[in-house]
Amino acid sequence: MARMPTRRRIALSTIAAWLVGFLIFFPILWMVLASFKTELEAFAIPPSFLFFDWTLENYVTVQGRSDYLHHAFNSVVVAGGSTLIALLIAIPAAWSMAFSPTKRTKDVLLWMLSTKMMPAVGVLVPIYLIYRDFGLLDSLTGLVIILCLGNLPIVVWMLFTYFKEIPRDILEAARMDGATIGRELIYVLTPMAVPGLASTLLLNLILAWNEAFWTLNLSTLQAAPLTVFIASYSSPEGLFWAKLSAASTLAIAPILVLGWFSQRQLVRGLTFGAVK
Amino acid sequence: MGQITLQNVQKAFGPVHIIKGANLEIADGSFVVFVGPSGCGKTTLLRLIAGLEDVTDGKIFIDGKNVVAVPPAKRGLSMVFQSYALYPHMSVRGNIGFGLKMAGLPRAEISRRVEAAAATLNLTPYLDRKPRELSGGQRQRVAIGRAIVREPKAFLFDEPLSNLDAALRVQMRIEVTRLQKQLGTTAIYVTHDQVEAMTMADKIVVLNAGRVEQYGTPLELYERPANLFVAGFIGSPKMNFISGENAAKYGAATVGVRPEHLRISREGEGWPGTITVAEHLGSDTFLYVDAGPIGTLTARYVGELSLAAGDRVVLSPEPARIHRFDKDGNSLWT
Ligand SMILES: Nc1ncnc2c1ncn2[C@@H]1O[C@H](COP(=O)(O)OP(=O)(O)OP(=O)(O)O)[C@@H](O)[C@H]1O
Ligand SMILES: [Mg+2]
Repeated sequence: MARMPTRRRIALSTIAAWLVGFLIFFPILWMVLASFKTELEAFAIPPSFLFFDWTLENYVTVQGRSDYLHHAFNSVVVAGGSTLIALLIAIPAAWSMAFSPTKRTKDVLLWMLSTKMMPAVGVLVPIYLIYRDFGLLDSLTGLVIILCLGNLPIVVWMLFTYFKEIPRDILEAARMDGATIGRELIYVLTPMAVPGLASTLLLNLILAWNEAFWTLNLSTLQAAPLTVFIASYSSPEGLFWAKLSAASTLAIAPILVLGWFSQRQLVRGLTFGAVK
Repeated sequence: MGQITLQNVQKAFGPVHIIKGANLEIADGSFVVFVGPSGCGKTTLLRLIAGLEDVTDGKIFIDGKNVVAVPPAKRGLSMVFQSYALYPHMSVRGNIGFGLKMAGLPRAEISRRVEAAAATLNLTPYLDRKPRELSGGQRQRVAIGRAIVREPKAFLFDEPLSNLDAALRVQMRIEVTRLQKQLGTTAIYVTHDQVEAMTMADKIVVLNAGRVEQYGTPLELYERPANLFVAGFIGSPKMNFISGENAAKYGAATVGVRPEHLRISREGEGWPGTITVAEHLGSDTFLYVDAGPIGTLTARYVGELSLAAGDRVVLSPEPARIHRFDKDGNSLWT
C-alpha cells in the first residue's frame, strides 16, 4: 500500500522535525542563555530558563581578562589560511584524479583517507618535537600548516566527488564547439564546479575554525585562536559556567553568522550526489 | 565541403584492439550510418573522427588534410551526443550560440544565427530556458541546433535518438534527414537500430568486432550482402540460413533466404514444415515454421494469410533471391 501524505502525517512529521531540530540546537541555546546569567544562577538547580536577571557582566569580565580580538584574528588567519592553501593543493589533485584517473587513483584516495583513521593524539609527540625543533610552536604558520595538512584528505575527497559528477560529455561538447582548454575552463568547467568549490570551502572553514586538538596543543598565546581562548575559562581553579559560556558564545558567533548566510550552499554541498 | 577519408585507422585501448583497420571514403554531403552490434566500436570510430580519441595507427583526412594530430576544436566538425551534453548553466540561446562565441563572431551575428537555427527547430519559445526546464525531445533539438548553427564540415551523431520514445524517434528521424538534405552537410550517424540505418542512410557501414564488414547503399546491403554477418544483420525479420546437404544442392556451404522471399503454399515443391507460431499484423503475416531437418524458418507474407499454429505448409525460396555463402561465410556471387 502506498503511503499517502495525509494532512495529519504532514503535521506529525513537522512537529517531529521541529522537536529534533530544537533538541540539537538546545545546548547552544542553553550556552547563550547561561552567558547572560550570573555565576550563581548559571548552575542553580532547578535552572531558570528565561526569567533571571539578564546581565552583560560576563562579557565585560571576559573582554577585560583576555583579548578577544587577538584570538579572533588568529582564528581567521588559521582557518582561512589553512582552507585556502588546502584548496590550492587539492583542486589540481582532485581534478586530475577525476578527469584522468589511472589504475592507482582509487588506492591513492584511500591512502589519503587512511591518514584520518589514526587518532591525532597518536602523532602528537613526534609532531610536537618537530614543531619545537623548527620553531613552529605557538606560531600562526605552524597552525596553518598542521590544519591544512589535517584537512587536505577531506578536501581532496570532497572535490573529487564533485568533479566526478561533472559529465565528461559536456567537456567534450565544449571541445567540439571549438573551445580551447583555457576557455573550456572559464566558460564550462568553472561554472559547473563553483557550487562544489563553495561548499568545500565553507565546510572546511568551519572544521578548521572549530579544530581544538592541534590548536590547543601547539599554541599558547601568541598564535592561539579562539579555541584556546575558550579553554582558558575551564580552568582548574573551578568552573565559571557563565564566563565560559560568554567566551564560547563570542567564539562561535562569527562562524554561526557565516553558517547562517551560507546554509543553502552548505546543505546542497552535504547532500550533493545523494539526491539527483 | 566535408569529404572524409579513413586510411587503415586503428585503435587500441592498452592491449585490446578495438578498431582493427578501417578504410572508408565518405563523400561530401552524404549521410553515412555506422551500424553494428553493441560493443563493435561504432562510438570509438566516431570519436576517432571527432578527435576525442587519438588513433593508434592510420590516417584520417578531412578535405584532403590529414587531421590525426589536429585537436577536436580545430577539426571543424560538430557532434550530437547520446546524452545531449548540453551546458546546464547556460540558456538554450547560450547553448546554441556557444560555438559561435568561441569562434569569435560578433554578437549581432551570433544572435541572428541562433535565432535562425531555433526557428528551424521550433525552439524559439524556449530560447531563454535552461536545459533542465526542457523535455527530452526539446533537449535533443537544442543539441542538434548547437551542431547545425556552426555550419561545420560534417555532423557526427552518436545514437542521438535512443533516449526518445518510439513516436518521437520516428518524427525526429525524418526531421534530421530532412535537415541534413536541406543543409547539404556531410553527416555520420551511429545507431544500432537498423530501421534508422536503412531509412536515413545514403550509405551504411556495417561494423562487427572492430572491422568494416561492408560499406554500401542500404539496398546493396539488402540485396548483395558481402557475408553471413551482414546478411544476418540487415533485414528484419532476420534472414533464414540453411546449411548441410540442403545448401550443398545449391553449391554452397550455407544458403540464406529472407523471410519475404519464401513462397508459402499448402503443398508442392520446397521445404515442408509445421507452423509453430503465426503472427497476424494485418499488414503482414509472420510464420515461424518448424521444417524438420532444415531447422526453424521464418516466412513473411504481405497482407493477411489465414493460417494458424499447427497448420502444415510448404515454403519454397524464390530462386533469384537465394544468397549463397562459402564455408568462410563470404558471399558466392554469381
Ligand atoms: N576508454 C576505453 N577504454 C577501454 N576500452 C574501451 C574504451 N572505450 C571503449 N572501449 C571498448 O571498446 C569497445 C567498443 O566500444 P564502443 O563504445 O565503440 O562500442 P559501440 O559500438 O559504440 O557500442 P554501443 O552500441 O553499445 O554503444 C567496447 O568493447 C568497449 O568496452
Ligand atoms: Mg556507442
